[in-house]
Parts: sequence; structure tokens; C-alpha cells
Amino acid sequence: MTALRKQPARPGARDSAMDSRRILVTGLSTYWGGRLAQALEAFDEVEAVIGVDNEEPRVELERTEYVKVGAQHALLRRVVEAAEIDTVVDTRLVVDSTTTTSAKAHDNNIIGTMNILAACSGVDSPVRKVVFKSSAHYYGCEQDDPAFFDESMARPHPPRTPIERDIVEAEASLNEFAEKNPDVTVSILRFANVLGSDVRTSHIGLFSLPAVPMILGFDPRYQFVHEDDVVHALEHAVKSNLPGIYNVAGDGVLALSEVAGLLGKPYAPVLPFWGTGLAASALRRVGVNIPPEALNQLRFGRGLDNRRFKAAGFDYGYTSREAVLKLGEHLRLHPLVRGAQEPYRYEREVEDFLRWSPHVKNAREQSLGSLNRDQLAELQRLVSGYARAPEPVTDDQEQRLQAAERAAEKAVQRAKKAEQRAAESALEATERAKKAERRAGAAAEEAVQRLTAASERRDAAPESPVEHYDDLAAEEVIALLASLEREDLQALRDYERRHANRSRVLSAIESVLARRETRV
Amino acid sequence: MAEPTRTPLSLRERRRQPRGEELVPAETLKSHLPGVEPDRRLNDWGRSERIEGVFDATLVEFFYRHWFRAEVEGIENVPSTGGALLVSNHSGALPPDAAMIGKSIREEHPHPRPLNITVEHFFKGYPGFAMLTAKIGCVPAHPANVHRLLFDEEQLVVVFPEGRKGTEKLYKDRYRLRRFGRGGFVEAAMRARAPIVPVCVVGAEEAAPVFAQLTLFKKLTGLLYFPITPTFPHFGLLGMLGYLPAKFKIRFLEPIRFEDEGMHEDKALVQTVAHDIRARIQENLWDMLALRKSVWFG
Repeated sequence: MTALRKQPARPGARDSAMDSRRILVTGLSTYWGGRLAQALEAFDEVEAVIGVDNEEPRVELERTEYVKVGAQHALLRRVVEAAEIDTVVDTRLVVDSTTTTSAKAHDNNIIGTMNILAACSGVDSPVRKVVFKSSAHYYGCEQDDPAFFDESMARPHPPRTPIERDIVEAEASLNEFAEKNPDVTVSILRFANVLGSDVRTSHIGLFSLPAVPMILGFDPRYQFVHEDDVVHALEHAVKSNLPGIYNVAGDGVLALSEVAGLLGKPYAPVLPFWGTGLAASALRRVGVNIPPEALNQLRFGRGLDNRRFKAAGFDYGYTSREAVLKLGEHLRLHPLVRGAQEPYRYEREVEDFLRWSPHVKNAREQSLGSLNRDQLAELQRLVSGYARAPEPVTDDQEQRLQAAERAAEKAVQRAKKAEQRAAESALEATERAKKAERRAGAAAEEAVQRLTAASERRDAAPESPVEHYDDLAAEEVIALLASLEREDLQALRDYERRHANRSRVLSAIESVLARRETRV
Repeated sequence: MAEPTRTPLSLRERRRQPRGEELVPAETLKSHLPGVEPDRRLNDWGRSERIEGVFDATLVEFFYRHWFRAEVEGIENVPSTGGALLVSNHSGALPPDAAMIGKSIREEHPHPRPLNITVEHFFKGYPGFAMLTAKIGCVPAHPANVHRLLFDEEQLVVVFPEGRKGTEKLYKDRYRLRRFGRGGFVEAAMRARAPIVPVCVVGAEEAAPVFAQLTLFKKLTGLLYFPITPTFPHFGLLGMLGYLPAKFKIRFLEPIRFEDEGMHEDKALVQTVAHDIRARIQENLWDMLALRKSVWFG
């Protein structure tokens, strides 16, 4: 598993008011549990992240505490109450029947979900929010489906495969839980097929084959979501208050032939349209694993209406097409870098030492706290009193503002010293205090000047709307695009043309621009 | 092949909204429609401009110009912007009317726009058809699909409320409109507040006359129906395209507008409007037939 980049500002997050402080993540050893815990650790507002699972976590975690417990509700309840958990994120759901036997999947999906909900319910439970990771397999794939499922649509036919049955039943128990616990926010996120370089799903397995298998005479519509967007979506549901059901799927619905084209692979209509299941089980013998719930998808396809989650403030980092392109890059690179990284192994003693030993110097906590809260508030008041900033503070001005704050802070400290001395000699002190105040004023004025100069410089300099642009990798640039204004995007496009001229960046800018235009 | 199930053109029973969930206003959702990705050749419905273009430049062009010599009146009744629902009579074994209506809008309209053709769910489940129909602009006739196209994407949609009953009918019943379903198309238009443009097509009945329906073969092939036409089945599947050179006349009638919100909930009103539209199309069909001097030359 690769370690995660820690980004303070996520593309998926618009508002940052977080009322979840003590979070329980179930299924910590699953890919999603691990990644979500890593993401939640990065938030300072989050006091505690506790992960439970039967198996040990497979990713490196900084401060998440791992408790080895399965879905036994009595034990879980004790954990929940002891740690005063206010938010439970359930990432355990098995949505791919190739990963485990159907009996185990059933145990995990239905009995497990019931137990976890039992551990969260009750009048005295501290839990205020439950986020449940579900799957778009809830809807199934049928001939008379709508082209885009929205959250209010029930599935038109009863579930056909064990996994679909599990998902429908698990969601039913969540609905029941929501009805019985009206003051708990229950968010259900239904994810489309996930693509990405680290996660393993049966569809990625199919796309890794030399040719993309298809059913003869069918070209189903597919929608994907990138693994990073999955983590951000769960994170978004934890951060904001989103009762109800949300579809999570990247923009754009692709035809399977289009997917094959984007991956640079031929497509092979090897599955017959009659006896598809039989042919699939024959293929299973030779190692091509097509799960039963994917068979109907390969025939009829499925599209999701993802607008509700977007309206709830989520920005996707990848469209379906971009997720496929990203997977294509990974698949080409994978044979070369395979095995280059040692997989992470959980060692209880080491993790305990890292978390609890007094000898461990934690860089994270030291960076906090040189100023106390009152001082900070005072400073901010002072600075805002002097510098009525004429325009919203942008990222690049923030640094300058901080410099100004530091200058002002010094001035305040000087003023305080002066006050102390004033106790000794009043007359001298008033003079000095006045001087200090003048100096503070001067410092702040200088700060204002610097600020305006900075903004002027910014306006005058046409070259790039993003600072240190040239140091950024293509992915980082693309991740930034969503936050830029139209004019900035145009400027950036021109700049990119003149300088690095990376086609990926250019096409990304074009597509963002085009998207903006259609929105107007 | 499973027997295709028919979906009424009204929304299926909606699930109760879970408690505490806010309904997002439709206008907000509209603003969150996915943007266009310029590098893509297909749109989200699976429509391919390239494949459609190939068809349009060859087969459809030939039939429209030289074989059926289509004549169009009232094209100005098709709005240039916004969603609109075209409602037409339907006939013929492999009905040529939808393609001709689409072509006439592309050819004659001052602002040519693509037309989405609603088709039976059957096509999504039949190998071959499943690949092709979506690429050339056919959309399964699901009420949610029609609503998204009309309201959110503001496109042109054509529906044939007679549906299968229209194409199954024999030559002796030509130009007699069948029942107009359950009026679901009116409901869809009212819900989306999109105008309905009634369309009358004359010529399609003679171009692909159906003399008989064979139930046994229909069951064996899993097709929607198994007609006997002048060229099918003895010339094979291509015989489905063996149209006779009847003269096509397409008349677009004045649009019917629905401005008020919530009209679709009034079932009586929906039925009345549906009947009214059916009567208008039938009346205009008789009128066009009375003026027609020859089946082949118009």
C-alpha cells in the first residue's frame, strides 16, 4: 500500500465546519477503512479516530487506534460508550462477490451491519451520525431501468444475486435504524464501480486483461468513481450533515467500448448472449473472474444521477473518463514498478510505542501551541482593525498577512512590556506605551502597504495565476483547476501553452472551461 | 430471452423520502448536470455523433431525399430552444417514421437540433440492437429518461404513444390511431413544463405494410413481433429495410404548452389532453389523406 499524500485543502471539501470529533471506523483492515482513517487523522478538529476490525490494518496509521474486535455488538457497544464515539463510519460492506465466499459476505453484510447498528442505537448512545458505504449494485441492472438512477428510485425488480440481496437488506436495516433513532443523522452513500491504482475490484481485474471482455452484441453504459473520490466522499459525509441517500459516481457515463478505447485495449466479445452465466463460469476456471452481479451490468449497464451529492457541496476530482485514463496509466506502469514497495505490516508493539511512549517526539503536536488562543484572537482583532482588507484574502496573500500578523504581534508584545514597566514609573511608561502603540500602528500600516503591494503585484503579473506553478506536477495542477476562476483558467492555459505545454494539463483546463460554460 | 416487460410512461411509485432528508430543488439539480468533455465521441446516453453521422449521410439521406421524397409542413412549430416533446403516429414493421422526423428537423429547421427517439426497452435487451440503437440516438422510453431529456437537458424527444400497438397493426387498419397508452407522455411533458408538438406522418403505412403477424416465429426469435411484409422474412433481416417508395408527408402541428406547475397530478386533465392530441393527429391525418392524389407521387 502506498502512503497517502496529506493535503490540507481537499478538492472535495467546500465547508470545513466539522461537528464530528470522535470517530469510529469499522472495517479498518479493508482498503476503504484504512484510507478513510488516514484521511480523518489529518483533521485537527478530530480528537480521536478508532478503527475496529477482525484483521490488522494494512496501511500505516499515525494516530488511529486499532481495536481488534469484529462485529460483536456487545463489545462494540462498550468501545462506543467508553470512547464517547459521536460518528460511526461503516466501510465494511462487501460489494464484490469475488473477494470472499457468499456465506462470509452474507455474515459480514447483514449480520455485521445489524450488530454495528445495535451497538449505536439506544437512548443513551453517544452516536449522532452514521455514515454507511453502500454500492450502486443496490439498483441492479435490468432491461427496463432508467438511464440514470436517482436516489428516490426503488429498484424495479427484486435482487438477482447474493451480493445485491445483501446490499438491499443492509440498507433496509439502516432505514429501520434511522426511523427508530430520529436524532441520528444517517447517510448512505451508493458508490458506482470504483477504479484506481491501489484498490482491487473485479472490474479492474477485467480491465487488466489483454482485451476487455464483452457480451456479444451489447455495449453497456458504465459509470465509475475514482478511489480518491470515494475517500473524499466518505470524508465529506463525515464533515457535513447529510441525512439520506446519495449516489456517488463521477460525471459522465461511458460505453464499455469507449472504456476499452481509453485503456488502449481491444474489446473481445467473447461472452455469448445466451448462456452468459455458463460461459462466465467456464472462464472462471481459467482464471477470468466475472462475478454474477457484473454479468447483468455487462449486458445492460447502469448510469447514476450524481447531482444530489454535488448539490450537497461535493466536488469530484475525477470524471468517469479521467478515472479510466488514470487506471490505464497505472496498468501500463504496473508491471514495471510491481514489488518495488514493501507492503506495510502492522506490529502492535511498534504502533503502541509510537502512540504512547513519552520518548516519541511528535512533530505534529509541537507545531501547534506556541501562541495561545486569546493571544491569537487579540492579534486578529488588531490586524483587522488596521488593515481593512479591500478584497477577499487569497492563498498567496495569506502568507503576507501572516507576516503582517507576526509584525503586529511583536508590536503588541512590546506594548505589553511597556505596560509592565508602567507599573514602575507611570510617566516614563505612558511615553513608552505611546511610542509602542505608534510603533504597532506603524507596523500594521506597513503590513497593509505590503498587502496592497502584494495584491497589486499579483494583478500586474500576468504570467501564472498559481504561485510556484512550474514546480507542480501535472496531477497537482489538475487538482487545482477546480478552484480557479474562468479568467485565471484562461491565463493558465495560455501560460501552459507557452511553457511546459503538457497535453494532459491543457485538455484538463479545456474541459474545466467547457464545463463552466455549460453551467452558465 | 426474457419477455420484455413494459414500463408505463408514468413514474413508478416513488420511495418515501427518508426522514430529515431535504428535497433539492429541481433547478439546483439542473445546474449540476455533468459538463461536456470535448474529447469524448459519445454522450452520456451512449449516442455517437460519428455513427449517427454515417447513418445520416448514407441510409437516412437516401431514403429521405430519393426514396420517400419527404415533404414537410409546419416545421416552424418545432421550437428552436428548450425541451419539446414530439408526439407522432407510428407504423411499419421497422418503422421509418422516427428517422424521417429526425432528418426533417436536421434538414428543414432553421436551428437543426438532434432528436431523441424513445424506443421500447426491448431494444436494450436484444443483442446487436442493444449496441446500435443507443448510438443513433434512441433512448428507452422510461418516464425518468424523458423527464431528464425534456427538463434537465432541454432537448427534443419524439414519442409514439401508440407504441407496439401501432407497429403491429395490419395494412387494413392503416392510419387508424390505436389507443394512446395511459397518457404518460402528457404527464411527462406537463411535469417538465415542455410543449407538446403533435406530428402527423403519411406514407409510412404504405412504405412498410404488414400483412400478417406470426406469433410462433415471434416466440422463436424473441423479437417484438414477427411481421410478414413484402420483403420480410424471405429476404432475411435486410428485408426489414425493404421499404416501398411511398411519398412521405410530415406535418408538424401547433405546439400545446403547459405553463403551470403541478398539472401532471391532475389525472383527468392528463387524459383529456391525451385524447385531444390523439383527435388532432387523427383529424389531420384524414385531412392529409384526403388531399393525397397518389400513394407513390403525393
